[in-house]
Amino acid sequence: MAHSTHEIPSTEERFEFKSETKRNLIIAALIGVVMVAIGSFLLSKGWSIGVWESHGGEHPATGHEVAGHAEHGGEHGATLFARIIANIWMNSVYFLGISVVGAFFIAYNYIAKAGWSSSIKRVAEAIPSFVIVPGVILIILMALPSTRHIVMHWTHDGIMDPASEHYDKIIAGKAWYLNLPFYFLRLIAYVTVWYFGWKAIRKYSLLEDEMGGLENYYKGRNASKLFMVFFAVTASTSAWDLSMVIDTHWFSTMFGWYHLASWHVAGLATMMLTILLLKDQGYLKIVNESHLHDLGKFIFGFSVFWTYVWFSQYLLIFYANLPEETIYFRERFTGFQGRYWWPFHISLVLNFFFPFLILMARNSKRRPTFLKLGSVSVIIGHWFDFYQMHMPGIAKDQGGIGIIEWGTTLTFASLFIYFIANELSKANLYPKNHPFLEESMHHDI
Amino acid sequence: MADSKYLVGVFDDGDELLHAVEDIRHQGVKIHEAFTPFAIHGLDKALGYSFPRMGVAAFLFGITGTLCALLLTFWTMGVDWPINVGGKNFFPFPTNIPIVFELTVLLAAFGMSFTFFFMEDLGPTSKPIIFDVRSTDDKFVVAIDLAKNKLSETEISKLLKESGASEVNVKEV
Repeated sequence: MAHSTHEIPSTEERFEFKSETKRNLIIAALIGVVMVAIGSFLLSKGWSIGVWESHGGEHPATGHEVAGHAEHGGEHGATLFARIIANIWMNSVYFLGISVVGAFFIAYNYIAKAGWSSSIKRVAEAIPSFVIVPGVILIILMALPSTRHIVMHWTHDGIMDPASEHYDKIIAGKAWYLNLPFYFLRLIAYVTVWYFGWKAIRKYSLLEDEMGGLENYYKGRNASKLFMVFFAVTASTSAWDLSMVIDTHWFSTMFGWYHLASWHVAGLATMMLTILLLKDQGYLKIVNESHLHDLGKFIFGFSVFWTYVWFSQYLLIFYANLPEETIYFRERFTGFQGRYWWPFHISLVLNFFFPFLILMARNSKRRPTFLKLGSVSVIIGHWFDFYQMHMPGIAKDQGGIGIIEWGTTLTFASLFIYFIANELSKANLYPKNHPFLEESMHHDI
Repeated sequence: MADSKYLVGVFDDGDELLHAVEDIRHQGVKIHEAFTPFAIHGLDKALGYSFPRMGVAAFLFGITGTLCALLLTFWTMGVDWPINVGGKNFFPFPTNIPIVFELTVLLAAFGMSFTFFFMEDLGPTSKPIIFDVRSTDDKFVVAIDLAKNKLSETEISKLLKESGASEVNVKEV
């Protein structure tokens, strides 16, 4: 018990990012790229390894027949290139979200004046350093016309022009929001403001280590407030811009919440896994069962919240039974020869049923083994969640889960770990002059 | 009722009470209950309370709610008065989830509250023993039932004083 022990562990701890680990991560990232190349080569030859991989565009129209009138104006079926782009887009959005949630976590903990989280604050602080990588990738993918047309149906030439044969009245009605200048403005604003917002919070936190005092704490809190105001709006709009508008005709008022919930719980699970792995290596001695319990409650709660929002969206569409809305789920259940049925249901199992059962009991939220299982399940589950959000709209009848998917994810994950570890090694593992660190040390629930 | 005799130790500080509870329990004194103006972390462990089994009650009440809701929706929508809603089945599972969820939560919440009131004897008719009225203000109070302790009144009184009690009173109820 924290009360009877008066030995206070040292607040000086530094994470060492070994050059060997660095090398391995870079090699893993390169292996991922090679895997994408091999996978694409094999598929272009018509050989498939993996689930539901079709044979190099033999029947480009099948998806359209099954999916009904979802995509018109797009006479062309998806290509192998579309599948690769879809993978990059999907992983970028997923990892962008996990990263920015680190800053989101610090911001709401600052605003709530939460004390318990100050000992794990540096882990959350390290994660957003990756925002810039998927952010720049997304901007590049949108800037190049060839990839832009694959991802975003609404960017096709003439689709908003009444004189054109590709004219689509519904999409043209969204032109005030879905036009390239405004879209780029938003996309660049998300990436830069999220990144530099985190930079500001991080800067004050590091200054606090050197200077002590409360001044930097207040500054960090003000930066958090500003970040939160911006994030409150952009969490929803980025969900529309990055994921919802892929299925341009379709929209859902629950989507912003759903997307944010997905990002948030995946980010929390990443934090938990990072903390547990650091603890396994002998770091973060101050972090005790009670901190893990609190973070475990967060993961449990938000995995249920995700399910709640997901289900609310589903139920409204299910009950209303409007064709223009149900097409979204029809594509995922039976569309494209039913190839998205499995990812869709795996996502539900890994994001709800498994963590719900495994993290329900109090004791399991205090045991690293259970927490690791739960976190890994949530991280993989939300990968599938983003997979089924993006793939049916971009890769269409070319979607599958094979070497390309594994390779892309491996590359992103390795770079992500590299960035986190690198950022962790730059500062002390505890904010040693943080006003609430003492409270966090004695955290006991 | 008037034959129970309690020794009431009054402390000025929560931490003192916590350590005193640890100390005197270590000496073999059985404590009836501690009363504090606010929750003190770790006091439940110091008093040797086992982890509450409220979760079991919650589960049982919750599952009752689930079954009631399923029965209700199945009977009304599927059997007694089937209505065609958008051409769906008469008993579509997704539409029942909100009702099932709500009734599960409702019965679990009410069940847990009433279980708690019942177990802690907190009803409109209950008459709790007030050992020291100042325990709702700024004093931290520990009550010891003398009949359940082997040590004598003076010995326990001495132990309480030694571990930091500012007063030791006798309360007969």
